[in-house]
Amino acid sequence: MKYAFYPGCVSRGGCPELYPAAKLICQRLGIELQEMPGASCTGAGVLQEKNRFLGDVLNARTFAMSEALGLPIMTICSTCQGVMSQANFRMVNDAEYLAQVNKELAEEGLEYKGTAVPKHLLWILLEDYGLDNLTPLITRPLAGVRLAPFYGCYIVRPTDALDFENNPERASSLERLIEILGATVVDFSGKTRCCGFPILTINEKNSVAMVAKHTSEVKDLGADAMVTPCPLCHLNLDQFQPKASAQAQRPIDMPILHMPQAIGLAMGVRPEDLGLQRHIINTRPLVTKLGAAAH
Amino acid sequence: MDVTIRVKRYDPEVDPPLSYWQDYAVTLEESGTVLDALIKIREDMDGSLSLRCSCRSAICGSCAMRINGHAALACKTQARAAVGEDNTIVIEPAGVMPVVKDLVVDFDMFWSKIMEVEPYLQPEGPEPEAEYIASAESMLHLSGVTACIMCGACVSDCTVLEVDPTFLGPAALAKAYRFTADPRDGDAEGRSVERLKALNEPTGMWDCTRCYECVQACPKGVAPMDRIMALRDQAISVGLTNTNGARHAEAFSDSVEHSGRLDELRLVPKTVGMTNLPALLNMAPEALRALTHGKLPPFTHEKIEGVNHVRDIFRRLEDNEE
Repeated sequence: MKYAFYPGCVSRGGCPELYPAAKLICQRLGIELQEMPGASCTGAGVLQEKNRFLGDVLNARTFAMSEALGLPIMTICSTCQGVMSQANFRMVNDAEYLAQVNKELAEEGLEYKGTAVPKHLLWILLEDYGLDNLTPLITRPLAGVRLAPFYGCYIVRPTDALDFENNPERASSLERLIEILGATVVDFSGKTRCCGFPILTINEKNSVAMVAKHTSEVKDLGADAMVTPCPLCHLNLDQFQPKASAQAQRPIDMPILHMPQAIGLAMGVRPEDLGLQRHIINTRPLVTKLGAAAH
Repeated sequence: MDVTIRVKRYDPEVDPPLSYWQDYAVTLEESGTVLDALIKIREDMDGSLSLRCSCRSAICGSCAMRINGHAALACKTQARAAVGEDNTIVIEPAGVMPVVKDLVVDFDMFWSKIMEVEPYLQPEGPEPEAEYIASAESMLHLSGVTACIMCGACVSDCTVLEVDPTFLGPAALAKAYRFTADPRDGDAEGRSVERLKALNEPTGMWDCTRCYECVQACPKGVAPMDRIMALRDQAISVGLTNTNGARHAEAFSDSVEHSGRLDELRLVPKTVGMTNLPALLNMAPEALRALTHGKLPPFTHEKIEGVNHVRDIFRRLEDNEE
């Protein structure tokens, strides 16, 4: 299996532990990754506030690169997934619009034919790799560990661009993955809600209130950690949890795992090789519990 | 079809008020809607169940409620499509607004927010001598937003309103856009500067998290979040750039134009203002913690290969526009 790898900005920026962790587990899974060093940022929905067409042209440029490689795209970010899916949805469903976009790409000698398939690693495991094929690689099942799923908005909404109609299992993909890893799913009302990250520098109080709400809720439900396929959610839920705890006036201490880290732990990868020591919220109690469960 | 309808009940008349779940076993026609099931419960099984409904045709906007956790119109939702694995449909009142009884919520906050955006035309300058003639082309793009039936589904599922009831919210902001984008509103060029100034304040357009809940919930395709993004673009284009939100969009765009990627390290100071010491100090504990955990984004920001092509795209599509 081979994919054009689109790691996104944050997995090498604000969450530098994610990029190596994702590459490590892909290596173990036998998934080959081809980097696209000329691919740009998706715009993350922010660029699209100002100029949606410009954002779509940038994404079409990345799609054209993947077509030239003849590979589907793998992302490890819910936000990148959503923004790419939305851009692709507009282009493949409107030939006239696609032609307009291609006019802009022609200057660089590129053309997007409309065949790109951008997929998050979560969907790849579910739909291409097969969770059954993942099972034999689970050498240290996360038995006894309670994990709460946290999707990130852009991998669950809007459902038309994400093609949930033809792929209804995407709506519960993270829960299914957690089960395959041997952990217990902690279902909670906030799992598809917003982490608050997009308004962190605009209305910090509200942003941090969202962090407090979600992390407190899973804490009260007895979760050992949250798992997210979105590095932006990770940034807010992990880095701003101390502030959330102070604002909500209660202890929380909820470790937040990147999805590839949770998979790596279940594959027996050492926590430090997955970058768990780089988290703001201490992951040691979780690791200790894992060790205890393994013995 | 036989289905279990699990309803979140609320009885305000006992002391203290009682909230509880109640299951009803209902037999429905294959084509039956969730509203058909609820009406059947109320008429044949339990007259104490309270809900609002009227047209049964997704026009009146009365029957918005949470179906399996997400806001929708009960009359527009087929029971067959809503049943889960255990043949159950979970029904709760709309979120955010206070519950009056069972599935009936108090819409006062919804209406007060709509009133706050002054939902009527406010032309500036001298009145036209005869009627104001607006071309079909200039009104066409408003057809989506005028489709709003005020059902409150978007407000129910708004992630910001859930933590901050002072936010204007998706319905009111979409309604505001309906006027700011109307050529008859505002100055001679149709620019609604005074409105945009008011919406540019805290609790307004910049407080939206772009979570898409309202786009997903809206039964009429109004896509409130897209209207909020359009409001932001309008605000920036009339010169309202002294907000963290506007600076954030600008700094983000500059970063992608310059390097093809997001420069997270410089995004925050550029957003709050490079000389805004209190705001920078407020972020200092997080920055320090990130630094000590090896999480601070790299100081030297790498460019993508062929960044000049990205810059060309920006030059053609963005700089020209301004």
